[in-house]
Amino acid sequence: MIPVSFDYQRPSTVDEAVQALSAAGDDGKVLAGGQSLIPMLRLRLSAPSVLIDLGALADLRGIREDGDGLLIGAMTRHADVLANPLVRRYVPLLAQATATVADRQVRHLGTLGGSLAHADPAGDLPAVAVALDATMEIAGPDGQRTVPAGDFFVDYLTTALGPADVLLGVRFPSHEGWGTHYEKFQRMAQAWALVGVAATVRRENGTIAEARVALTNMGPVPVRARAVEDALTGAASTADAIAAAAGLAGEGTRPTSDLTASAEYRAHLATVLTGRAVSAAAGVG
Amino acid sequence: MTRIKLNVDGVRYDDDVEPRTLLVQHLRDRIGKVGTVVGCDTSNCGACTVLLDGVSVKSCSVLAVQADGKAVTTIEGLAEPGGALHPVQRAFHERHALQCGYCTPGMIMASVSLLADNPDPTDAEIREGLEGNLCRCTGYQNIVRAVHDAAAAMADGGGAAPPQVPAQAAPEQREVAV
Repeated sequence: MIPVSFDYQRPSTVDEAVQALSAAGDDGKVLAGGQSLIPMLRLRLSAPSVLIDLGALADLRGIREDGDGLLIGAMTRHADVLANPLVRRYVPLLAQATATVADRQVRHLGTLGGSLAHADPAGDLPAVAVALDATMEIAGPDGQRTVPAGDFFVDYLTTALGPADVLLGVRFPSHEGWGTHYEKFQRMAQAWALVGVAATVRRENGTIAEARVALTNMGPVPVRARAVEDALTGAASTADAIAAAAGLAGEGTRPTSDLTASAEYRAHLATVLTGRAVSAAAGVG
Repeated sequence: MTRIKLNVDGVRYDDDVEPRTLLVQHLRDRIGKVGTVVGCDTSNCGACTVLLDGVSVKSCSVLAVQADGKAVTTIEGLAEPGGALHPVQRAFHERHALQCGYCTPGMIMASVSLLADNPDPTDAEIREGLEGNLCRCTGYQNIVRAVHDAAAAMADGGGAAPPQVPAQAAPEQREVAV
């Protein structure tokens, strides 16, 4: 199928993009890489009357050091994230999760900002943003603002972005030297995650000094596994201690049942995968 | 209608397109590049893979307007002008890396892009690298062998030309009547 007809605009500045979105009201939609949106347009699950393509906003594409961390432009493609040595150094968890996103073709066009703004519960990158306490830089009709990742994901396919807002970039605090792992469970190569676990830990003298764990697809938005983090903090970096903490991964989650997995099965997966993710991050086992 | 300029297989095409036109439709229906096929029509199978500015993309999941100003290489632009096959095409032929052949254009274009990034991939890297392409005849063994052969041929300089990125200077121009 082909999409419903729409007006197409390609603004050359962020201000123009915000103005175009304001003018379009609720009928406008931002096009980033299009790797989630275009399939939805084709299935006519989405039918905006105005499509505002951010493809010409070169300023939104790039990765640079920024204070104690990285600022990654929203239009930076997954393939660019993967190829970037700063990402591997400061936020290796992002590189690991990005490598599991869809396939090479999709990663050549899909963008970090697009994935986050799309906010699919099965998307891999929202959990990474939540685990790493990333912050979103947003431009809107009332100027620029910053929203923490924990407040950005509001509901299924819904974020804190207003209809005329543009996600400019994402700031990731440095986790240089932390052990990290993204564990993804999927039925086949290019499938979405049934459940995913983003984990990063800082080890100190055989113990886990700090831990950040967030879950993909265990509810309408990514879930920060605080109970797991609390149990890991100060715990010995051993298989037993990690297994005990991972058993708490279901707390605060609201997994759904669908054709591929029941909620009960997802809850089970969350504990198993959390154990694997934290063990790999901590270098245990 | 939106005016777009594409360089497809070394030839420049200026066209007015409806913004909702998919790149694969534009390539096939307007420009006549029917070597690029539509498989699943849902961005899963990769049969429609082409190179956009040198990297593999699924042309069923790109709007033609997004490709404005860019260079597209299709399976039809891979062989040399005299007809000599690209090493990946030759390896697919020699290894019989196809059964029905429908996935082949996409498999070859995805393999060309993979080898540009990783000139000497392992079996696992080839399989992972082609995860966006489905062969429903399940002829994967020979596809993996063919990619290995192509990698070796390209390392030996056997027509190791990188994916054709058309020269921007003085391209042949063809206006297509709307």
